[in-house]
Amino acid sequence: MTADTNASLSARNINFSFGRKPVLDNVQIDVPNGKFVALLGQNGAGKTTLFSIITGLYAAHGGEISIGGFDLRKNTQQALGSIGVVFQRPTLDRDLTVRQNLRYFCNLHGISAADAHQRIDNALAGYGLSDLHKRKVTQLSGGQQRRVELVRATLHDPRFLLLDEPTVGLDHANRMEFVSNVKALCKERSLGVLWATHLMDEVEDADYVYILHHGKILFEGGSGDLLETHGKNSIAELYSHLTSKQADAKSL
Amino acid sequence: MNINHAASCFRGILARESLRFLNQRARFFAALVRPLVWLFIFAAGFRSVLGVSIIPPYQTYVLYEEYITPGLLGMIMLFNGMQSSLSMVYDREMGSMRLLLVSPLPRWFLLLSKLLAGVGVALLQVYVFLLIAWFWEVRPPVAGYFMVIPALILSGLMLGALGLMLSSFVTQLENFAGVMNFVIFPMFFASSALYPLWRVRDSSEILYWIANLNPFTHAVEFVRFALYLEFNWQAGLITLLCTLFFLAVAIWGYDPLRGFLPRKGGAAA
Repeated sequence: MTADTNASLSARNINFSFGRKPVLDNVQIDVPNGKFVALLGQNGAGKTTLFSIITGLYAAHGGEISIGGFDLRKNTQQALGSIGVVFQRPTLDRDLTVRQNLRYFCNLHGISAADAHQRIDNALAGYGLSDLHKRKVTQLSGGQQRRVELVRATLHDPRFLLLDEPTVGLDHANRMEFVSNVKALCKERSLGVLWATHLMDEVEDADYVYILHHGKILFEGGSGDLLETHGKNSIAELYSHLTSKQADAKSL
Repeated sequence: MNINHAASCFRGILARESLRFLNQRARFFAALVRPLVWLFIFAAGFRSVLGVSIIPPYQTYVLYEEYITPGLLGMIMLFNGMQSSLSMVYDREMGSMRLLLVSPLPRWFLLLSKLLAGVGVALLQVYVFLLIAWFWEVRPPVAGYFMVIPALILSGLMLGALGLMLSSFVTQLENFAGVMNFVIFPMFFASSALYPLWRVRDSSEILYWIANLNPFTHAVEFVRFALYLEFNWQAGLITLLCTLFFLAVAIWGYDPLRGFLPRKGGAAA
């Protein structure tokens, strides 16, 4: 995908290593507004490290990242304020209720009490979660917790949504419901979405696909184009074909 | 940094820490029982052996219970600081620390807010302890209950910052529990919390110097003097300098550009 200055996310030439072990090698990713972009990769491919760099938890050893038009290094706070994140592991505080968790998030983002109250009510109602607002997180099912995390990630009206294997541990029905919720958000709010996963069925109809393999972008393209070019019927088939081809080339 | 945003963030962190503390009643009682055991059992048992002669800030001969009370206040702050940083390592492993660290405010402010919120919770424990101690006839001047607040805040910040600094070097929860034991007990026992330094010097010159180099000694003395309406400049200055040093290293440790977390692979690897 060519560089787009209005993109939700633009990551250029990202390099990172743990000690001498390279983890990301010259990674380039663009997520335009209103597009659902999939980042496919097996465990250990570097997805979570890339997400940690995009969210400022780690500093890249090279390259540039722009989020919502803000340079992550120069305008860190504005850039971080433009991201909504659903982490791989649940990050709701289990000792607090749903509303207390959401209020905490609003506080962190400087949303006033009255505004926060309104936003939380509207967002919970939008996902059919209004009845749960006084419940402790420990009383929610895994699917409900994930939906609350999605609600939380959008309370501050981000321009870009980052999801790191958000459906891990959910059953198929809950996974698909979660995916459709995110796709609806992407369209309704013109949000750029970057969805990392190794579960291919979640991203069959993604607008654009990046395949991250051993820290490098192995292939990228529109999902339809990629399938057509490689003569495959599904993203799962395509992924298996491309990564095994890469493994064969290495063994030679 | 927008001041309203910063205030909102601090309120949120303080509310969260308070709610967590109130929801974990067992933690509250455990934190309270520890110093009370020392006051009711240890101090009562050693009263006749360890009565303390007239030394500043005391105006008269004091019972041992009265002498160790400031040390036990320090104990509450010490355990709370370590508990708070242990929960940071836990939060970092479990993920909720990430939510805080990706918030759109400077990292130093987020860490300082978390520290101050932890100190706020510790203050609550301190005053419940002082109330119980009052019925045990440990009764410092009434004004001392107010004068001691700044000393308690600074001491709590120093000990919390020490814990935060250690947590930035230790990436695994299991290791941190070991570090805590290695830090808490030597710090507490090699200090003036349980016995005055002149008595320590009588028995061991080396231990006396170790206790003098121990920041916890100065935090306890700062609290002790403040509780009896005196200001110990030396203890206050050393506590302040140690706070700034521990805090600076902790902020450096948590900085993604220079810190240790990325190099070791940390929680997000």
